Amino acid sequence: MSGKHSILIVDDELSVRQSLKHWFLEDGFDVETAEDGQDALEKMNSGPYDIILVDIKMPGMDGITLQKRIKEIDKDVIVIIITAYASVDTAVDALKHGAFDYVTKPIDPDDLSHLIRNALKQKELSEENVRLKENISEMSMRDQIIGQSTEMKRVFDMIDQVAGTDSTVLIRGESGTGKELIARAIHSRSKRRYLPIVAVNCGSIPETLLESELFGHEKGAFTGAQYRRKGKLELADGGTLFLDEIGDISAKMQVDLLRVLESHSFTRLGGNEEITSDFRLICATNKNLEQAVEEGEFRKDLYYRINVFTIFVPPLRERKADIIPLAEHFIEKYSRQMSKPQRELTEDVEDTLRNYRWPGNVRELENAIERAMVIGNETEITEDDLPVHCKQEASNGNDLSLESLEEDHIKRVLKEFDGNVTHSARALGIDRVTLYNKIKKYGIKRED
Amino acid sequence: MEELPGRLRHCLPFPIKRISVEMDLELFYSPDRGQYHSTLILAQLIKHLPEENAKIIGITSHDLYIPILTFVFGESQLEGSAAVISTYRLHNEFYGLPANRELLITRTGKEALHELGHSYGLTHCADYRCVMNSSTYVEDIDLKEGRFCDDCQESLGVRCA
Repeated sequence: MSGKHSILIVDDELSVRQSLKHWFLEDGFDVETAEDGQDALEKMNSGPYDIILVDIKMPGMDGITLQKRIKEIDKDVIVIIITAYASVDTAVDALKHGAFDYVTKPIDPDDLSHLIRNALKQKELSEENVRLKENISEMSMRDQIIGQSTEMKRVFDMIDQVAGTDSTVLIRGESGTGKELIARAIHSRSKRRYLPIVAVNCGSIPETLLESELFGHEKGAFTGAQYRRKGKLELADGGTLFLDEIGDISAKMQVDLLRVLESHSFTRLGGNEEITSDFRLICATNKNLEQAVEEGEFRKDLYYRINVFTIFVPPLRERKADIIPLAEHFIEKYSRQMSKPQRELTEDVEDTLRNYRWPGNVRELENAIERAMVIGNETEITEDDLPVHCKQEASNGNDLSLESLEEDHIKRVLKEFDGNVTHSARALGIDRVTLYNKIKKYGIKRED
Repeated sequence: MEELPGRLRHCLPFPIKRISVEMDLELFYSPDRGQYHSTLILAQLIKHLPEENAKIIGITSHDLYIPILTFVFGESQLEGSAAVISTYRLHNEFYGLPANRELLITRTGKEALHELGHSYGLTHCADYRCVMNSSTYVEDIDLKEGRFCDDCQESLGVRCA
């Protein structure tokens, strides 16, 4: 057996503990022993084990109870039951409760050797399975960044420049611009791509939960901590940690995070063990961090730590060339998901999509297309399928000047009072002469 | 067993000598199992260490066991001074095959080198040809070579001839 795997042997017989310890030491394991269930549970606090061998018959807590308690603390650990011939039925019961296998005393050395090898292989396979699943979702996301505009080509160039390095990246942009996709694209082109990218949305999690989410916790660290749980910092070991909405974290969390970023080591909540994790950091925010630093809301040292290589993702309104290709991409996506035929965009719809300002960016566009795919006809998407505010604003063009807003508002008020200037002027808080002047200035027809 | 030192010197270039020790193995016999407790033998054997910093390896024809396992080919103190091996399961006759003295000496030499490797701090090696590869069947012993692999030689600080 190669590599430094760890094993805990739990048996009340000293000779069994000693001989198994010796056997596994020769096999290159890190070995600990415990003489009863309580001792074993205490040993589990000092470090995770790959395998725990549990004697089924012990004074005090029996092996079956201990196995259940072990699984409550660490559901991924492999438990192997040691039993005498007389208690095989109980051992089978242990299998039903999640034990990997059982061996009967005395153990044939070859059986033990195979059992341990298989157990480790199973553990490696399930860990690899988790990593591969991450990779698959990763790869399927990689090609989802649609962009033909000069602005996005610049973003792609920056992704290529930074991906191969291990530098910390800060992605900035409005909500819905696809910052997470950019982070995943960087990860998928980096040397860490075969290990997971672990994403945490710091803005959507309450501070107390964020702490345990990032650092993990030991069993009993707080009410409801029924299991030992690895934090995202630990899960990102070897891969990439993506902290979204970094601008939203509390002052305390900023201090904790800074400490981790400086040493890459931390302890789980309620634990003492120093854990090190080698991850590449990518952060994202829609906040003005410089202003937040200025106002004392964001630590300057943390700002400098994360602001190494910055990518600005432009809002959709500043890259109009991407709107139609994105819309077509979403049509294809939802026609596949909804098993509906692909639809064409009419010219009017294309104009509307291009003229709308998309304050919610790509996410808003996606939602609009999804809605259109649900309610529209089978062949094309028309203006009627788009959200009302989208059509209204687009029909006003992009003119958001005060004058334009004033004109719109006056038109609306006049319409509300059936063209009555006196009532309208009163509602607007101006005198009748001023309103007449404005009606003239904007060329508003009274029936408007 | 006169040939045994010759089976060790090519990888362990230290003075090797045969000594006889008086030990009542019956004290370590388990009537239930019909075998001898190797850990207890080791504890006695170490008392016969001829000089400080030396290593001692006992060779017995009795079948050895440790309490949790059905048998062991041998046992050693990891990074310690003593080791013991049994020839009981190294004989071809144990497997119903014709006696083969040369094969018995080869197997004994490999097992002695393996246990001494442990006493020098080596753990099991993943290389199936290396003498430090774990053996649970006699066929495993036959498969490996009577020498340390390059990595184990480097760990040990020796060059096998």
